[in-house]
Amino acid sequence: MEANDSEGPTGLAALGLGEPPEADGPRRIEARMSRSDRFYRALATTGAGITLLIIVLIGVFLLLEALPAFRAAGFGFLTTQRWDPDSVPPEFGVAAMMYGTAVTAIVAMLATVPLALATAVFINEYAPRALRAALTSLVDLMAAIPSLIFALWGLFFLVPWLQPIEGWLVAQLGGTLPFMRAIATGSSLFNAGLVIALMAIPITTSIIREVLSQAPRHECEGALALGGTRWGMITTVILPFGRTGIVGGSMLGLGRALGETIAATLILNIRFEIKPQILETGGITVASGIAVEFFDAQELGLSALMAAGLSLFLVTIVINLLAATVVERAKSAA
Amino acid sequence: MSTQETEARQEATAVVQPAGGTLRGVGVSAWFGSRRVLEGVDIDMRAGVVTALIGPSGCGKSTFLRILNRMHELVPIATLAGSVLLDGDDIYGTALPITEVRRRIGMVFQKPNPFPAMTIGDNVMAGLKLTGRKAPNREQLIEESLRRAGLWNEVRNRLNAPAGGLSGGQQQRLCIARSLAVRPDVLLMDEPCSALDPTSTRRIEETIHELKDQVTIVIVTHNMQQAQRVSQHCAFFLAAEDEPGRVVEQGATEHIFGSPEDPRTADYVNGRFG
Repeated sequence: MEANDSEGPTGLAALGLGEPPEADGPRRIEARMSRSDRFYRALATTGAGITLLIIVLIGVFLLLEALPAFRAAGFGFLTTQRWDPDSVPPEFGVAAMMYGTAVTAIVAMLATVPLALATAVFINEYAPRALRAALTSLVDLMAAIPSLIFALWGLFFLVPWLQPIEGWLVAQLGGTLPFMRAIATGSSLFNAGLVIALMAIPITTSIIREVLSQAPRHECEGALALGGTRWGMITTVILPFGRTGIVGGSMLGLGRALGETIAATLILNIRFEIKPQILETGGITVASGIAVEFFDAQELGLSALMAAGLSLFLVTIVINLLAATVVERAKSAA
Repeated sequence: MSTQETEARQEATAVVQPAGGTLRGVGVSAWFGSRRVLEGVDIDMRAGVVTALIGPSGCGKSTFLRILNRMHELVPIATLAGSVLLDGDDIYGTALPITEVRRRIGMVFQKPNPFPAMTIGDNVMAGLKLTGRKAPNREQLIEESLRRAGLWNEVRNRLNAPAGGLSGGQQQRLCIARSLAVRPDVLLMDEPCSALDPTSTRRIEETIHELKDQVTIVIVTHNMQQAQRVSQHCAFFLAAEDEPGRVVEQGATEHIFGSPEDPRTADYVNGRFG
């Protein structure tokens, strides 16, 4: 604005439309809002402000509460596997918990994304029309089932049922693949990941299906009119269109996987150590670690748990920011 | 116009025997749910002839066109009766796989529908990819198809640009090129110019002229002048209130426009209703 002042009147003045009030820079645009607009703007702004404030307060609260633990543990907090905040000297860290969280989340996503995608495509494109509405509401209903129910089913049905299969896998592959070795299977990170997948699949499917159903019909018809098969239409039109939704839905599923507490607590045989053998019994995640340690925690122990919570909070935020970037990239590429 | 394009045009006109398939609609009726929208339509669409389907909105001409390459059945509640014969084979029978029916009877839609994220070149090749076939010479097929659709000179230097960046008229010609690349016998056009400006419309009409001896063309249009300019055979559809659409009159285009037998045809082609 300032720089333009010296250049003298051009534009409107040159056209003989009168002297502009200041220079040839853009003028200030004003509008008088009606009372109702002002009211609803204030309402919406307040709502958004409260939401942001809550997130910030959570972060600040966790940070303040975690400070004593960070002072006591130093950088060892990131590398220590054991969780013994009451020993002298105290020894604790999130290494095992973070490792467990990562393994369960990866296992859960590897199971969730393909299954959710296949289910979404089936419901939208292959299921008989009469079944479509019923299947859609069934998936939405499953997304609303409390995680405890899935966890119980996983614990008493899925895990025992998988036991012989996993035992066989360990016997066949354990000799050659180190991470497939196991002394005992069952309450492992891998199984916890599978049970977490059960909870992530419905919400992920629901979102992916909704997004894929928005694929432009005239492009789908274009693909079919060229002699394309239904599968050709799906890969040419529907999946490229739904890329951002697939990433978005998967991220919501991942969010659920990272924070899932009850399933991991019930399935895992709690052990604060990093086990590369993912089928072997024993492990811990951040969320289940906090749940298990909470009741016996003394002063420093409680602070240490807050520190673990803060780590999970930060990881979740970083992953979501990365996902947002991926989605943005995919959008601008299209 | 470049010399190459002139050559291509001369080549096109040099074909003596018109190529393309013969399409026959026999006693075609159609319903959406319990509502009958089309009744007893018989039309012969011969090779080397551009057939225009005209009539006011809601008379069933687009429905008929979509029946001709099995797009009609994509609407959940749509049903039909009668048969459509492509060179004698019933396309609703088991003689031809549905994907083969749609490949041999291509379609250009009212709204240009290229795949927007794909490049121009990939759009032309999309049909081959969709039908699971390999092109022995990709560049040659892209150039040939774009030339036949009259788009080559405008896009030859940006075949790798996304198709979404083309203008509406260019997108529509790209859709024509995409349809031609799979070598159809028949090309159906559903009001291909209704969303386009006059210049693009003229360009597409030229394209239709150039293609008419290579592929059988059936075009639905609301534009009487266009029907007169591009077609040799013309069928006039009409639906009375609460009644299904029927073909009131059909015949040589000059006859339909010059000396129609039915007064309703005369009223319509002279712009007195519709």
